[in-house]
Amino acid sequence: MALLEVKDLKVRVEEREILHGLTLTVNEGEVHAIMGPNGSGKSTLSHVIAGKPGYEVTDGQILFRGEDLLEMEPEERAAKGVFLAFQYPVEIPGVATMNFLRTALNAQRKARGEDEYSTPDFLKKVREVSKSLNIPQDMLKRGVNVGFSGGEKKRNEVLQMALFEPSLCILDEMDSGLDIDALRIAADGVNALRSPGRAMIVITHYQRLLNYIVPDFVHVMSKGRVVKSGDKELALELEASGYAQFEDAA
Amino acid sequence: MNVAVAKTGKGRAVSDLFASAEGRLPGSPDVIAVRREAFESYERLGLPHRRIEEWKYTDLRALVGEVLPLAATPDAAALKRAADAVKAHAVDGACKLVLVDGVFAAELSDVKALAAEAGFKTLPEVLDKDAGLLKTASTDAVIALNAALATDGVVLSIADGAQLSAPIQIIHIATAASASAFTRSQVSVGKGARVTIVETFVAAEAGAYQVNDAVIVSVGDNADVAHIRLMDDAPDAVNVTSQFVTVGANVKFNFFNMTTGAAVSRLQGFITLAGEGSELSANGVNLLKKTEHGDTTLVVDHAVPNCVSRETFRAVIDDRAHSVFQGRIIVRPDAQKTDGKMMTRALLLSDEAEADNKPELEIFADDVSCGHGATAGALDDSLLFYLKARGLPEKQAQALLIQAFVGEAIEQIADDTLREHVIGIAERWLERRS
Ligand SMILES: Nc1ncnc2c1ncn2[C@@H]1O[C@H](COP(=O)(O)OP(=O)(O)OP(=O)(O)O)[C@@H](O)[C@H]1O
Ligand SMILES: [Mg+2]
Repeated sequence: MALLEVKDLKVRVEEREILHGLTLTVNEGEVHAIMGPNGSGKSTLSHVIAGKPGYEVTDGQILFRGEDLLEMEPEERAAKGVFLAFQYPVEIPGVATMNFLRTALNAQRKARGEDEYSTPDFLKKVREVSKSLNIPQDMLKRGVNVGFSGGEKKRNEVLQMALFEPSLCILDEMDSGLDIDALRIAADGVNALRSPGRAMIVITHYQRLLNYIVPDFVHVMSKGRVVKSGDKELALELEASGYAQFEDAA
Repeated sequence: MNVAVAKTGKGRAVSDLFASAEGRLPGSPDVIAVRREAFESYERLGLPHRRIEEWKYTDLRALVGEVLPLAATPDAAALKRAADAVKAHAVDGACKLVLVDGVFAAELSDVKALAAEAGFKTLPEVLDKDAGLLKTASTDAVIALNAALATDGVVLSIADGAQLSAPIQIIHIATAASASAFTRSQVSVGKGARVTIVETFVAAEAGAYQVNDAVIVSVGDNADVAHIRLMDDAPDAVNVTSQFVTVGANVKFNFFNMTTGAAVSRLQGFITLAGEGSELSANGVNLLKKTEHGDTTLVVDHAVPNCVSRETFRAVIDDRAHSVFQGRIIVRPDAQKTDGKMMTRALLLSDEAEADNKPELEIFADDVSCGHGATAGALDDSLLFYLKARGLPEKQAQALLIQAFVGEAIEQIADDTLREHVIGIAERWLERRS
């Protein structure tokens, strides 16, 4: 059974259709890259998979391990292993990062019927993960993303991904705002999470990221549809020729 | 006395109340005369209502209607229930002074453990000699009623220079349903002294009771005082508390109130900065649900130059609850270089929740920096979604954001133990929601 099946998905936002019948299948262990021009609906797809309110699904379905994802609350999806690293992570003043991480991790574990982490185990895990991502401890003492630079916010998303160990990771432009070193560190962090049981959807505008996180499949999205799929060579082709050829196909 | 009020059923009920209470009221014949006068003043005015400007948003006639008879002196069973409540609500390491149904309970209190520099008497002990404590400049009807009917209270006198490390916690416990408790206390802090006073209002298995408390605080020069009030009453109780504070020179006064219960509550604080160079931090949190009505009214009077006042108030309002914040800053003609600011924010958790905010600046000096700000709104959907996408169920996500919101006021409490105690009460309120 596929990990994620998006079938002929049609989505409206404020009376306007953004996704016009999108189909995508992701199996365990695979890394899929999605590329496409601004406004083609990449973030919309990721939001609908994560369960953000405000989107009306008018047709099609999303199955996660065969279960209807659209019937689930966002927190149920998270507990089942869906993780979205946001293109624009929000700042949450007054909610300490450590408290947030622990509350979220334990909420997911509780929903799955697992034991909550003890404080020492949790701290140990956070320390390991943040060290490997080069995230200083004092950043974790602040409010969630409060005063973080753009790059720090993205690293904080990868940190959460490493901590929650989801089975489907959607990375929405995790490379935007990252300097070259930070990009490599974050990509290493992502690569370390690649495993036979885990799949990834990497949304990006730049082929460069795909040198670090090498995808099994590359999809081109245009105007709310997947208009072409291929292997990693497709990303190189796009880099050379741009999206113009697909605008018509859409 | 006033025929118009006495003619109404409610006026008559109070009249009976005073007659029946008289035998219970401590004090010399002089004191009883003062009480009678106060009572007559109350009777002329009746319970405050919306046509009295200060009570515009908290119409006690409509919300409360009548004053209940005095609670009986607590018996052994009541004291036993109160003892359990003391355990449940005590602040770690605090020296406890307990009032049960308006009567000081020596057996539940730590009078012997009080520091030598903390002089202690009960209200009746003081009233034996002097009626002064029953007199305030206020013309407010509930305060007059308090002077008339106060049965007990604690009178603390902290010596000059005393540095009290353990907080003194005055715990008001209601064990009697459908009855009222009138208490009046005084805290006098000597020059250069340092003390933390906590007041806690809770029920021990009682409902539908009424509390009318008054506290008179004076703070000597160079003192450092934290005063924390926790109104955690039963959901169907009424609590009206009046607080008078006079602050000397170069004082740090940190005031905090949190209301997490009572069908109807009002804290009215009148704080006068009477000595130069003092800093007042006055903060509050209302956590209200169902049909609760919680009113925090603070009047900060800058009577002298060069003082700073900061007020941070947060209200979280669920269901059909109603929160009121009235903040008045008065700057007297002499009070140049006053720096007074207040900021109030309300978080509305339901469409029917209501917040009234009335800031007033009365400035009679020209070289001052004063201001106020207010916001009201719902929880931010994008923050809620972020938390839910990380696995937090709706109520838990809300709870984190609500804690962050009230944290802006709670973090003004400097002492770690007390801050944790207050956070614990807020957390229990949040748990009751979910
Ligand atoms: N809440 C909204 N209200 C109105 N229009 C929206 C909303 N969200 C998205 N859209 C529209 O949907 C389209 C797709 O947006 P989306 O953010 O999914 O694009 P994207 O492919 O992620 O673009 P980018 O590469 O710039 O991140 C855009 O035209 C956008 O304006
Ligand atoms: Mg996008």
